[in-house]
Amino acid sequence: MTARSVILRIFSAAVTLVFVLVFNFFLFRAVGDPKNDLARNPHLTLAGQEAVIKERGLDQSLAVQFWKYVTQTLRGDLGSSFANGQPVKDVLWHALPNTLILVGVGTVLASAIGPWMGMIAGWHRGKARDHLLTQGSVVLYSMPEFWLGMLLIGLLAVAWPLFPTGLQATPGASATGWAHFWDVSHHAILPILTVTLSLLAQYAVNMRSSVIDVLHEDYILTARAIGLSPIQVRRRHVVPNALLPVVTVIGLQFGLVLGGVITIEAVFSWPGLGQLTLDAINAKDFPVLQGLFLLTSAMVIIFNLLTDLLYSKLDPRIGD
Amino acid sequence: MGQAVARAGTPAVTPAGAHAMRPAAEHLRTAQVLVEADRAGRVRRVARALRPIVTTPQGLIGTVILVVFVILAVFGPWIAPQDPNAPTSFSADILGGPSAAHWLGTDENGRDVLSELILGAQTSMLIGFVAAMVSSVIGTAVGIVAGFSGGWIDRGLTLLDDWFLVLPLVPVTVLAASLLGNRASALPLGQTMVLIIVIGAFGWAGTSRIVRSEVMSLKQRGFVERSRALGASKWRIMTRDILPNVMPLVLANAVIYVSLAILTESTLSFLGLGDPNRFSWGQMLEHAQDSGAMAGGHIAYYLPPGICITLAVLAFSLIGHSVEHLFDPRLRERR
Repeated sequence: MTARSVILRIFSAAVTLVFVLVFNFFLFRAVGDPKNDLARNPHLTLAGQEAVIKERGLDQSLAVQFWKYVTQTLRGDLGSSFANGQPVKDVLWHALPNTLILVGVGTVLASAIGPWMGMIAGWHRGKARDHLLTQGSVVLYSMPEFWLGMLLIGLLAVAWPLFPTGLQATPGASATGWAHFWDVSHHAILPILTVTLSLLAQYAVNMRSSVIDVLHEDYILTARAIGLSPIQVRRRHVVPNALLPVVTVIGLQFGLVLGGVITIEAVFSWPGLGQLTLDAINAKDFPVLQGLFLLTSAMVIIFNLLTDLLYSKLDPRIGD
Repeated sequence: MGQAVARAGTPAVTPAGAHAMRPAAEHLRTAQVLVEADRAGRVRRVARALRPIVTTPQGLIGTVILVVFVILAVFGPWIAPQDPNAPTSFSADILGGPSAAHWLGTDENGRDVLSELILGAQTSMLIGFVAAMVSSVIGTAVGIVAGFSGGWIDRGLTLLDDWFLVLPLVPVTVLAASLLGNRASALPLGQTMVLIIVIGAFGWAGTSRIVRSEVMSLKQRGFVERSRALGASKWRIMTRDILPNVMPLVLANAVIYVSLAILTESTLSFLGLGDPNRFSWGQMLEHAQDSGAMAGGHIAYYLPPGICITLAVLAFSLIGHSVEHLFDPRLRERR
């Protein structure tokens, strides 16, 4: 891939980001009613409302408001939370690492196990284990992630109390160092397991159809004809080629992953973006909800860009 | 006599076509006949394409589940053993286990869980179907206009499409539903309408992309050329020739989107954005979670709503995937 096409892709991602900014602005003003929303906020005094109106230029023309919005957002100023007056940026920044742990570990585990399941199913297409894996995946894929989390709590935290039912650490415990690390890990296992299970079904189904596609290719016939063993064919020719489209799915579905993690955190009271979303909905804390939307959109755009660049690196046929 | 036989042997021509016909333009008449024959063939092709819904095991399972839920959605209020909206339904029997009176026990207000579950079918089906319809209509319109027009209209709409595809569904619907929630009382159906609008408005991008690429290939085909030669307007070609041909694709896609819409509705309801005046499965799970049903081991309360969501989502994706070959011409040959 040439430097030119890399720059072009980065540029188009930046344009998309600008769209999200503009969209956010108009969603708040066309669908919402900023002044009225401020007045409904029980945590703001009349003077506080005046201050926000002045700062955001809500009493001025739409053009001035838009200019203020863009410059403030680009400086990282996302306003302050209706609920506790803290800057939205700090609130998000505080919660983000906790979400990234769940997303990161869950995605890594799911993208190791899911494609492996799909490979087995596709390779043994039509046999009993294919039916079992495929139908299991389809059912798993149809479950709402949060309910999956509730099931796991009911099973592994209540009926068979191996893990805590929620939160990130034992309340009141003041452990530090390793003891704290183990405590947090113990609390993280069930949410991570939920994220993994909710993702791997889709990866498995995609990998299966990708493997079936690859098995129809001429180069597989050639590989068999020159006398490679089935294991060699599978390892050297089927898996690397079949993985390519699955990589795209894993990358491009990042938005859905985030959405799923948000609800899973809500079930486990895990102090990340999901718990934040839940609290913001209940408090009608619009600045936080807007910040969440901006942050998650930006993450999706950056992740898509990276997937795009990675994919063209992996597949020499897709160049420019 | 010979003339009558000849006339009877000629395929029927629509009155409109006959009216527009000029005496010398016999070839136009032939073209019109071909267009008519094409329409008849199209109905048969659509029927054949959709047949797997009832002939394949997966399609059939999906259809059976769907029929059950539709019956519950329509006749739910008469089937439910109790009316959970009635003030008399509240009782002191809070979070009670399954009994002869309450097969699935009672909720945190002492109301019958089974009745709430049955009424929840209506909410899921209503929001699922209507939201999928909204997004299909938008997506089809955008896709046809983009694919048929080409040029800068196509480029602009495709860019818009790319942008909407990026928006993460849960955060954007959460934001839009809470902003719009302040105005819910002004809308018919209240918060339910808010959910329909939000889920419908952010789900069209996938449909329009598929429709656009199908239209790009359709517009090169003979029947579009024929209509153009007959002097049909762009609007007429888009609505009479292109639209019926993309319908099977749109329908199959819409069925799959219903499952995503049901899932999104349950997610939003679970997060507290549901309609407080209706019962929904996502909302039941929210209440179960808040009232500590898991810690208390009230399996009959938190298990059934999740099973219902899963079955509903499963039914629509099974039906959708049984006609999947409509999306992918390669699958057509392989099966």
